[in-house]
Amino acid sequence: MTKFTGSDNYVATDDLQLAVNAAVTLQRPLLIKGEPGTGKTMLAEEVAASMNKKLLSWHIKSTTKAQQGLYEYDAVSRLRDSQLGDDKVHDISNYIKPGKLWEAFTSDEQVVLLIDEIDKADIEFPNDLLVELDKMEFSVYETGETITAKQRPIIIITSNNEKELPDAFLRRCFFHYIKFPDKKTMQAIIKVHFPELKKDLLNAALETFFEVRDMPGLKKRPSTSELIDWIKLLVADDIPLETLQNKSIKEAIPPLYGALLKNEQDVEMLQKMAFIMRRDG
Amino acid sequence: MLIDFFYTLKKAGLPVTVKELLVLLEALEQQVVYGSIDDFYVLSRLCMVKDEQHFDRFDQAFGHYFHNLDMVQGLEEFLIPHDWLDPEWINNLSEEEKAQIEALGGLDKLMETLKKRLEEQQGKHQGGNKWIGTGGTSPFGHGGYNPEGVRIGGPGRHQRATKVWEKRQFRNLSDDVELGTRSIKMALRHLRHFARTGAADELDLDDTIRSTAKNAGLLDLKMRPEKHNAVKLLMFFDVGGSMDYHIEQVEQLFSAARSEFKHLEYYYFHNCVYEHLWRDNNRRWDKPLNTYDVLNTYGSDYRVIFVGDAAMSPYELTHAGGSVEHMNREAGLVWLQRLLDQWPNHAWLNPIQKAYWEYTHSTQILKKVLDERMYPMTLSGIEAMAKSLSA
Repeated sequence: MTKFTGSDNYVATDDLQLAVNAAVTLQRPLLIKGEPGTGKTMLAEEVAASMNKKLLSWHIKSTTKAQQGLYEYDAVSRLRDSQLGDDKVHDISNYIKPGKLWEAFTSDEQVVLLIDEIDKADIEFPNDLLVELDKMEFSVYETGETITAKQRPIIIITSNNEKELPDAFLRRCFFHYIKFPDKKTMQAIIKVHFPELKKDLLNAALETFFEVRDMPGLKKRPSTSELIDWIKLLVADDIPLETLQNKSIKEAIPPLYGALLKNEQDVEMLQKMAFIMRRDG
Repeated sequence: MLIDFFYTLKKAGLPVTVKELLVLLEALEQQVVYGSIDDFYVLSRLCMVKDEQHFDRFDQAFGHYFHNLDMVQGLEEFLIPHDWLDPEWINNLSEEEKAQIEALGGLDKLMETLKKRLEEQQGKHQGGNKWIGTGGTSPFGHGGYNPEGVRIGGPGRHQRATKVWEKRQFRNLSDDVELGTRSIKMALRHLRHFARTGAADELDLDDTIRSTAKNAGLLDLKMRPEKHNAVKLLMFFDVGGSMDYHIEQVEQLFSAARSEFKHLEYYYFHNCVYEHLWRDNNRRWDKPLNTYDVLNTYGSDYRVIFVGDAAMSPYELTHAGGSVEHMNREAGLVWLQRLLDQWPNHAWLNPIQKAYWEYTHSTQILKKVLDERMYPMTLSGIEAMAKSLSA
């Protein structure tokens, strides 16, 4: 079996690699938490790509029901067809629409199933999937058939911590928390995205970035994805190195800060701080 | 196997169950990790801990457990790779490294010292400057910092000298507000009042049948909006003073309520409600809100929860000018009564244990004014409150 070791465009730390490999080996769902923008959703894509498997994504919304992941029975079109005298109507299975879990279970090859942002759904949602994830089978009430997984899919679940998940559900998962990358990992991540970037510009940008991040009282601290966007802008705008170098945020507001801070209160605070520092300094 | 480890975790207050231990053992059997304590740390954390708030506790328990083991005897094969004791590795050393070995008196002496220290070393050990282990400045070991030392076996896989669990990187996560809010949310669920709002995306079967019949049997679909929890909630929080002791509980309640109810408004007060309330504790003096405005803003369909310890000087309630902070023209009870009249569906949550209520005069007065609708801030209290509010 191939081991997951990150890929050309995704940097996975050692403990994350171990988590993925343990989940794959023991065939248990892997629950991923972490700050927004640390690459939780991307992980599933990269696992699928690096292991050469198909990725099925099930994006959860506040209205998503667990049943929708299994299948949906379209009673309305059946009713309509019955009025039009369509022959299809005699077979109920024509109106059963398989959901993502069904697709994953019946796929001929093992797939990677991403259940994205499970915390968005109703508080009971994870409990409704317990047996299905445990036994990897479910029965279709309308037709009486039982859908059993041909291969247990690799299941990756992400959560943003908006709701706490039930204990019974957690017991069935492996849990990994993606912590915010340190400077070294961050350099590796940037390198993956901007292989051409000059080293001193990168260092200066990272310096500024971590300084902004460490600012106390930020409502939304910038994360990896914001950093990447910001560097993209810096490169596109050809910002000279000197603008970033030797200037802490205390002396000057970093250029194109809008990419880093997404909250007007945060921007206001940054400006205030720069103002105070300049006045005092 | 690892049963003591399991009990150490349990004693540290981690919610671990047998199932998790079995999974860990299964993982070890399948050789997900092999022969590295760093990897074992990551794996056991992966299996046993299901919430990043518990990471810090886990780190401490892990460190405690593995220190109490006799490091040399119990973990020899983990800590000292076999190839260290195999003279073959000398061929892999660079000239520079060989020179460094000479600095210590040559290879033989080095090996001898190593063996001697192995024998001497009995008890637990961490990052000192003599013993063999991780970290520290001893010439023996992974990733140490002795400038004269020999880095044997290459850099550590994790490029760190301190053990991960000793760094306790997750310390600041463990007092997160979200802790334990799930049970509060479940208790608050009793406070539900469903109404249909939003886009019509649900089939209204009754109406469809009726209108299909009217339509001479030709199908006429009728849709209706989905049901949502339409309870409107207004919360008043007592802040400052004696409430500081209960801040954690109150934060939990607040974050649970906030995600459970779409229509949630909140205001702060100190001890008792008077003519001013505020939304932002930092700006309470320069941005006070007139209580009359609040009274006029929210209709009587709002349900009101006061959160406070109800412990204050009785004069704050009964007398004009009794407030500890400012000159109030009207007594606290007058203001409270205005609020209660405007929102007949109200309750008071008290973080102080019920048994102590009778010793505080002000609590007794409030209880009476509230018609006994004061509940302790426990799960059962919140549940009882939610039930009485939803009636």
